[in-house]
Amino acid sequence: MPTSLSYPALLDQPTSSSALHPQWFATAQAEAWQQFLATPAPRRNDETWRFSTISQLDFADFQRAGFHGDASAWIAQSTGVADAAATLVFVNDTLVHQSSQLPEGVICLPLADALITHPELVKEYFMRHATKLGSAKWAALHAAHLTNGVFLHVPAGVVLENPVQIFHWAHGDRTTMLPHTLIVAEKGSSVRVIETFQSTDDSSASLTIAVNDLVAQPEAQLDYVVVQALNEQSKVITINASEVEKQAKSTSFLLSTGAAWARSESISRLKGEEASSFMLAVSVPTGDQEYDQRTFQHHISAGAHSDLLYKNSLYGEARTIFSGLIFVDEGAHRTDAYQTCRNLLMTDTCEANSMPGLEINADDVKCSHGSTSAQISDEEIYYLRARGIDAPTARQLIARGFSIEVIERLGHEATEAYVLRFLDQKFASLR
Amino acid sequence: MSLDLLPETLDQETAEAVNIDRSIGDFTFPERNKFDAGRGLSEKTIDYICDVKNDPQWVREFRHRALKVFRDKPMPTNWATEDLNNINFDEIRYYLSDGEKPKRSWDDVPADVLETFERLGIPQQERAFLAGVEAQFDSEAAYSNVKEELTKQGVIFVNSTEGLKEHEEIFRPWFGKVIPTGDNKFSALNSAVFSGGSFIYIPKGVKLKQPLQAYFRINSESFGQFERTLIIADEGAEVMYMEGCTAPKFETATLHSAVVELVALKGAKIQYVTVQNWSSNVFNLVTKRGLAMEDAEVRWIDCNIGSRLTMKYPGVVMKGRRARGEVISIALANTGQHQDTGAKMIHAADETTSNVVSKSISVGTGRSTYRGQVHIPKHLKGCKNNTECDALLINTKSRTDTYPAITVKGNQHATQHEASVSQVSQEMLFYMMQRGISEGAAMSLAVNGFINDLVREFPMEYSVELKRLIDLEMEGSVG
Repeated sequence: MPTSLSYPALLDQPTSSSALHPQWFATAQAEAWQQFLATPAPRRNDETWRFSTISQLDFADFQRAGFHGDASAWIAQSTGVADAAATLVFVNDTLVHQSSQLPEGVICLPLADALITHPELVKEYFMRHATKLGSAKWAALHAAHLTNGVFLHVPAGVVLENPVQIFHWAHGDRTTMLPHTLIVAEKGSSVRVIETFQSTDDSSASLTIAVNDLVAQPEAQLDYVVVQALNEQSKVITINASEVEKQAKSTSFLLSTGAAWARSESISRLKGEEASSFMLAVSVPTGDQEYDQRTFQHHISAGAHSDLLYKNSLYGEARTIFSGLIFVDEGAHRTDAYQTCRNLLMTDTCEANSMPGLEINADDVKCSHGSTSAQISDEEIYYLRARGIDAPTARQLIARGFSIEVIERLGHEATEAYVLRFLDQKFASLR
Repeated sequence: MSLDLLPETLDQETAEAVNIDRSIGDFTFPERNKFDAGRGLSEKTIDYICDVKNDPQWVREFRHRALKVFRDKPMPTNWATEDLNNINFDEIRYYLSDGEKPKRSWDDVPADVLETFERLGIPQQERAFLAGVEAQFDSEAAYSNVKEELTKQGVIFVNSTEGLKEHEEIFRPWFGKVIPTGDNKFSALNSAVFSGGSFIYIPKGVKLKQPLQAYFRINSESFGQFERTLIIADEGAEVMYMEGCTAPKFETATLHSAVVELVALKGAKIQYVTVQNWSSNVFNLVTKRGLAMEDAEVRWIDCNIGSRLTMKYPGVVMKGRRARGEVISIALANTGQHQDTGAKMIHAADETTSNVVSKSISVGTGRSTYRGQVHIPKHLKGCKNNTECDALLINTKSRTDTYPAITVKGNQHATQHEASVSQVSQEMLFYMMQRGISEGAAMSLAVNGFINDLVREFPMEYSVELKRLIDLEMEGSVG
């Protein structure tokens, strides 16, 4: 693709960041590059990469990218929910469209702009924690090269009824997106964000390394929904971290239908009494797609609640890896933590790997995890066939119902409908 | 009753209820070794052991190859505890024996060795209910006997040295086949310096009504015990094997690293029962695996009470159709202890089923870990696994971890894994205390209720340590 030929390779040393950006950011990027160089690449024996296909981590032939040109077709396709509070559309991390009905006081900007207009506020929240689920090297690469993303800051007490939606389009072969999403919901505020990753065509292989940091301050509610529907040539790493303070409630949801290889790392830090975190994911890998999901529920404070539900429906020769850990700190009593991974095996060539883990350092806790892998039972198919539904439709109905159980937990009709649209597209491609 | 390890927060009665008597094995006799390989491990150590044991050439070569593998393999600290780095391989004594052959009669066993086993109750149990006993003192068996009618039926129950010399035709084809030398660093170490352990062969169709027992005793300081057990149950045979182990509490760490291989041929059943009560400075790093052929069953029943660090994941490779594997595991981790136990279920044939039930109790600052692997490869049909692991935390600083890994390929299988962590709830204690039960007894009741269904899997008559557990269980069933 000619537009991308002029860009330097992803693994080359970054050029210095924009002169308009604050000094701290330039320093952070330079340090991140050093950290990238100093951090060894993951190896097969690393526990955080157990069962992973390490060869997917060869990013040598990807380039950094930008976008100049006509994006109107993709802007037109960036239809999310009706009545969105704000919409931002990016192509290869370049902002191509922005609209907003946000109340005054809410900051919702491309990160590149926020770094200029609100440098100190961004600094306060920017990549505060080390990545610990295996991708420290790629998080450093992301930080060293990142040019854009979204900074959303909701002031205390502001309740946004309608979602903020962000669209990322990957354009061109061997291109890279490094979007950085930073959401801060101040005390007692409420916000819902839907972020969608798509490709502009079906044949170009792109790489996305997305990092997002979510901060829910006391009594805030922060819902973050990601739809990953990149084309099936692409690779994607998403690194998600939530901080949930006293009486705050955070939900992070991930629907994966796209990409050839997708790695997601999601960590939730429960930092206050009565904080609650819901970690949800639905995946429908088909063909030879591989989804590698690592999660961490970190109970730092006593009396917090976390609940994780990941569901995979595996078709073709798809492969999934789920590795989850509930980690309860010493003194985090009255912790109430759950973790469930369910795999629905739809073909006899798919493969599901589950590693549900617990590390408990306090005694007054309720923690449990469960993991199942099974096929649809013959009785269920028979029940539907007896009602005149053919077997393939019956199987799909059951797989859809299996996924919807998670989607319904979002508790927002328009968002659920939006997510379902992508789920049904995926199921339709299987007919 | 050794209460010193318990935190002050536990009242005396509760402490007594949850603590297990570890003092029974805490005594020692002066060393009377004729053969001592000295400290540290080198080619010379291997040759010394081979010379003393008069090993055949193939065993000598096997040991030397294993030493090389041991040296090449890194410590598995990428997933296991750093405490492993505290093992000083240069300080350990790898072979100690008095040069005597195992005796067939307790009358011929040296007085202090006899007294050791008398105090542990072994001869008495043998008279009461065992089909055969082997008692190992440091590196070699001091006593080995099996009931005469079993010998007539062709049952072989000898130590590994005798097994590899006298029964090479049965021993050699299976030796190191279930657990290859290179399986892990400690199986390689065992392969290099193994001594003692049992070799058992149960002929076709022979079903032993009474269990066989082995008792492992460490008597010398800084000693490493490396027994090697191979049990072969021929087609349709059935056997239950029980092992117990104790060591006195020395100032320095002691290493126990066994390799146990089980082979259950078509339709055979092997049950392997362990009650591990090593003193709290023993590193207990054991590799145990069974091979189950068509319609065969291998069950590991495992109770870990003692040791400083135990790393043990009994496995079953289900190689024949409808083979069955099971691991039943109880672990008690007190202050200063880490019980890192689990199970490994490798399904390698259609319609194979496996079951893992693990319960752990962490007391004081004790840490218990469950680590499991379930593997169901492609192109198999109808495999099933069920895994349950429950952890009970007694004190504020108690710790528990669960790390299972489940791989399922294909859609003709079913696996389920469940784990829970709980404490003895205040409500539960209150409920019982309201009915006039003291807090300690209530705690005991709750703890015993927690492991009750697993305790039933152990043979009632078994060892002193388990009797203590069963006593607790009886106490619990009164209310």
